[in-house]
Amino acid sequence: MEVRVVNVRKEFERFPALHDVSLDIRSGELIALLGPSGSGKTTLLRLIAGLERPTKGAIFFGDEDASQKSIQERNVGFVFQHYALFRHMTVADNIGFGLKVRHGAARPSASEIRRRASELLDLVQLSGLEKRYPAQLSGGQRQRVALARAMAIEPKVLLLDEPFGALDAQVRRELRRWLREIHDATGHTTVFVTHDQEEALELADRVVVMSQGRIEQVGSADEIYDMPNSPFVYSFIGESSSLPVKVDNGEIWLADRPIGLPASNAASGEALLYFRPHDVELLDGCSGCIAGTVAASRRVAGTRRVELEIGGERQRVEIELPVDHPAAQKSRVAFRPRRWKLFPAS
Amino acid sequence: MADPEIKSYEPHHESLSAAVTESRQVKAVLMAIAFAFLAVFLLLPLIVVFHEALAKGIGAYTEALSNPDTRSAIRLTLLVAVISVPLNVIFGISAAWAIAKFEFKGKAFLTTLIDLPFSVSPVISGLVYVLLFGAQGLLGEWLKAHGIQILFAVPGIVLATVFVTFPFVARELIPLMQEQGNGDEEAALSLGANGWQTFWHVTLPNVKWGLLYGVLLCNARAMGEFGAVSVVSGHIRGLTNTMPLHVEILYNEYNAVGAFAVASLLASLALVTLVLKTLLEMRYGAEIAATRGH
Repeated sequence: MEVRVVNVRKEFERFPALHDVSLDIRSGELIALLGPSGSGKTTLLRLIAGLERPTKGAIFFGDEDASQKSIQERNVGFVFQHYALFRHMTVADNIGFGLKVRHGAARPSASEIRRRASELLDLVQLSGLEKRYPAQLSGGQRQRVALARAMAIEPKVLLLDEPFGALDAQVRRELRRWLREIHDATGHTTVFVTHDQEEALELADRVVVMSQGRIEQVGSADEIYDMPNSPFVYSFIGESSSLPVKVDNGEIWLADRPIGLPASNAASGEALLYFRPHDVELLDGCSGCIAGTVAASRRVAGTRRVELEIGGERQRVEIELPVDHPAAQKSRVAFRPRRWKLFPAS
Repeated sequence: MADPEIKSYEPHHESLSAAVTESRQVKAVLMAIAFAFLAVFLLLPLIVVFHEALAKGIGAYTEALSNPDTRSAIRLTLLVAVISVPLNVIFGISAAWAIAKFEFKGKAFLTTLIDLPFSVSPVISGLVYVLLFGAQGLLGEWLKAHGIQILFAVPGIVLATVFVTFPFVARELIPLMQEQGNGDEEAALSLGANGWQTFWHVTLPNVKWGLLYGVLLCNARAMGEFGAVSVVSGHIRGLTNTMPLHVEILYNEYNAVGAFAVASLLASLALVTLVLKTLLEMRYGAEIAATRGH
């Protein structure tokens, strides 16, 4: 099911949580809403679910306007951050709940509900735990039951709110891989919210980066990482360094020297240069480069992270060097970003 | 009687460190004071009640209880409880639901209002009904014209009891529902359940022990209420006398055995309530702990 969010605005007691957000979610896609807390990602998810009503704008499921429909009518599977399993019901009853509350002919027989519950338990690899209560399960198991329960109603869209947020790192990684497998097997259109960029980039077909109630960028992991379109995305996703520079004459200037980067499309004036610490080219001499004094150097996993002091204003940037690179011992290092982007100085 | 009360507080003591624990002597003195106090003010009167009731033998005791007026007092008390407890269960659940699950203007006011019966003397609440429904009261004329008898009749007694026992269920449920939040309800709704199914299958089971606890306290108070009921009942023997009122009448007539026999029933009710309450606390405590583990 294709989902379209069109110019949605949401206010809570006149405080805006989402400003005019539009998003197209393709059918069968696994998409992540990524952002820091307060960015509006959970609000957007709850709006799609129908747990909240938009202040303005509309949400379409296919061609149908779903925004005026109740959550029951929307037929979405929602997985809550803290699972929200019914603690007085067994695992099987939890999974069967959505079928049991149906009316009339839509309601399967008790034996059919039991069968479906077992089937879903197999799918989430928890066979044989039908009779357990939620309190008797581990966090990871509860999350799987919650997912099975959401899938039992054959939802048009599967929505997951920080699905792995409450789990420890090891279980998170396992469940991540497992969710991808489940998604590939069932083909549900799936939207999940996360504040963990690794999770979003690894798991999702497309990532929606959000900040302060707005969508900053939508794209594949590669697009988001390699071509961030705003300073926020640059600094929120992965590591980044920035330097205040000047654009003049189609060239980028640091203090009064050109640094050998063309800026033919940028307007002249003050700007901010963003680049990735690992995406730099080390140079020997320095005509047209960025040069700095090594202020600190530390080992980060397989590389060495060097902090450089640049120019008279003592701007600090970080670059990454191979561990055995001689430049790390030098007091001065010259480099030029391989991939970079200019943003207007704010 | 003192025993179960103290036991139920025991788990909290485990968290005390040695640094804040008093010396042996101080401990002994404190415990002696507590036990002596309970013995003199609670246990002793309770023993006296049963002693006096049985002073002239078991025969006199059963005879006192089979007196027609006594019987009717017991029946009336049960009737009042049977009407007012369910009313307050409905009210308590609605109020707790509204306060815990919605945001609305006047919420703080409603919360305060629910506590009103606790802060107002029961006699005052009785008098309010007299002023409202009495012959010279606001609605007195209208009621008389329509032949409706509220004061000095069962409806008045029920009204007064409902008023006094108002807060018990609501106050038990509000913090419980607030703590549990809306997550389970949202999950049920997202799975297609309607409001009633959500309430019946999800909300109610989540609060059932708290609810039972509230009902128990509400019931104990409904059966034991004296002040408010005394003002509105009119003390008509065999008609509008509840058990507490009947005890007073019998006692004033120097019928010690009769008075204490009825009193012993009320005291037994208190004991049963206490035992059930302790059992529930044990059970309900575990339930709350499980909730937190989620």
